[in-house]
Amino acid sequence: MSSRENILSAIQGIALESKPLPEIPDFGIPGEVEATFVQSIQGNKGEVMDKAEFESWLAAEKHSKIISRSASFPDASNLYLPADAHELNDLDLAILDGQFGVAENGAIWLEDAELGLRVLPFITEHLVIVLDRNSLVATMHQGYARIGDASSGFGVFIAGPSKTADIEQSLVVGAHGAKSLRVVLV
Amino acid sequence: MSHPQNAAEFLKNQAKAKWHDETLWFVRDKRDRISKTIPEWENLRNLASQIKDNVLANLGSYLEQFEQNAIKNGIHVHWAKDGDEHNRIVLDILQKHHCTAIVKSKSILTEECHLNPFLEKNGVEVVDTDLGERIVQLLHQPPSHIVLPAIHLKKREISELFHEKLQTEKGNEDPTYLTHAARLHLREKFLGAKVALTGVNFGIAETGEFVVCTNEGNADMGVHLADVHVACMGIEKILPRRKDLGIFLRLLARSATGQPVTNYNSHFRSPAPGKELHIVLVDNGRTAQLAREKFKNSLKCIRCGACMNTCPIYRRSGGYSYGSTVPGPIGSILSPGLDMKKHSTLPFASTLCGSCSDVCPVKINIHEQLYEWRQEITKTHGELGKGLSMWIAAGIFKSPLAYKISGGLMRKALKVLPDSLIYHPINAWGKSRDLPEAPKESFQQWYQKNRS
Ligand code: SF4
Repeated sequence: MSSRENILSAIQGIALESKPLPEIPDFGIPGEVEATFVQSIQGNKGEVMDKAEFESWLAAEKHSKIISRSASFPDASNLYLPADAHELNDLDLAILDGQFGVAENGAIWLEDAELGLRVLPFITEHLVIVLDRNSLVATMHQGYARIGDASSGFGVFIAGPSKTADIEQSLVVGAHGAKSLRVVLV
Repeated sequence: MSHPQNAAEFLKNQAKAKWHDETLWFVRDKRDRISKTIPEWENLRNLASQIKDNVLANLGSYLEQFEQNAIKNGIHVHWAKDGDEHNRIVLDILQKHHCTAIVKSKSILTEECHLNPFLEKNGVEVVDTDLGERIVQLLHQPPSHIVLPAIHLKKREISELFHEKLQTEKGNEDPTYLTHAARLHLREKFLGAKVALTGVNFGIAETGEFVVCTNEGNADMGVHLADVHVACMGIEKILPRRKDLGIFLRLLARSATGQPVTNYNSHFRSPAPGKELHIVLVDNGRTAQLAREKFKNSLKCIRCGACMNTCPIYRRSGGYSYGSTVPGPIGSILSPGLDMKKHSTLPFASTLCGSCSDVCPVKINIHEQLYEWRQEITKTHGELGKGLSMWIAAGIFKSPLAYKISGGLMRKALKVLPDSLIYHPINAWGKSRDLPEAPKESFQQWYQKNRS
């Protein structure tokens, strides 16, 4: 007998009382959606900007290697997406469009279509996600309702810059992934 | 060694024991505060518990559905009845790809299966990439906590370790400096690995996808740079529907560390073009636990660690005192199911105060199961032979009265006892059950006198 059959028949041999699968109610949040979202991102050590603030930040920063896949900032790139993801190792800045953001925790949803290469938002030194402010939802429940049965091979909720507190519980931003997250609401 | 002996060892360093206790309490407190900002918190816990009940009641059919969908998505699905088979499957995949070095993100399951030593014996270098896990790996230690693997270490010790292994400045204990040194060190490993291994937080039956949550981004750095991703998943990690993730992602990070969500929550459905994706579904005692009516609820665990952070014994005795892969209250009900003799003292490493059950996001009746295990172990004590303390043999815990008193006693006393008493190595607060022997005055009298 294969281990598959072994495991499945072991389970089948156990008398298990049936238990119903509950429906999930549509919970809301107490506050206003955009204000809560901004607060959540800040709490996660990210920053929220509008388009003008972002443009002047970008002009002042002078990053040497930038990839923008955002429809709002098509000319910000000075690099093409490479064929081999390893070449992104010294990327300074990635600018990506998010599909929607979740107010209660600041999580922003991106799929293969936005990413181009899956490693992009992780390997870049700094990450910018551009979000339509009308795309904000209140909770994760509404987030998953929005995702519905979309079939992207990869999808990720990103809620802040890479962080760790593994040394004496002191928060350090920039563990392995992006050292900063800026969210541009347009 | 038994839990009380190990706990005594841990308590020898009083200052560190106090720090450990207070730090975990701080994490517990963060969990409390954030949970109170969600009006429907208790509702979410009920829903999570009901969903998991439904999963356990239909585990076989959900697993088959998950497998079918995963295969449709282009994922290779493997089944392993135990840790050995799991390890062999992983090694097979590595050998097929002529791979002798892998990066691995946090997976308690692979710890449970002892994958690292097995792979190393077979000539594969394994690099744990979670910062805390890398630290303990460099020290040749296992994690002491499932969410905070290096919580038993102080920054001085980590600074010394990094000075030796990563050539950081001697005496520089700044966590930012040390973390960034590890970032550079691990970046090289990420760029060089052909195969990356991860655990799985949730597998979704209706879509065949699975979700991995990290704050550091280490799982994603590994798998997206590698050609092959191997994900190791306990069979109980299944959820029926994608939308169930809404409930569980709301609960997981808030319960674990008091943050609203983990920073990276990656949903893997199919491999990137030209790459390979494997899932290993592992039993390793889970079907046996499912068959134990009294203990099957322990399989609802989502490994958030909240029961450890809140446990007065865990905080005062440290993760290693349990001698099991999963320490703390949940570990003490999982481990005896795997090896009752070896882990016979664990169900007694509890005050039965119930705090673990109160914080558990999936509402596992942890302290009741601890009590049930005590019954089982006391019953089979004759077969188990020595290794059990006399007081167990004396049947103290068969008495429902002792059960009732001890819970309340610990709850109250821990608030009023001075540190010197609590952390004193020969004292028993860290050593689970040794305390109640030979009280000079009754607790009631003592408490009345000392309360004010
Ligand atoms: S038993 Fe509950 S509280 Fe403990 S780790 Fe598991 S889910 Fe978290």
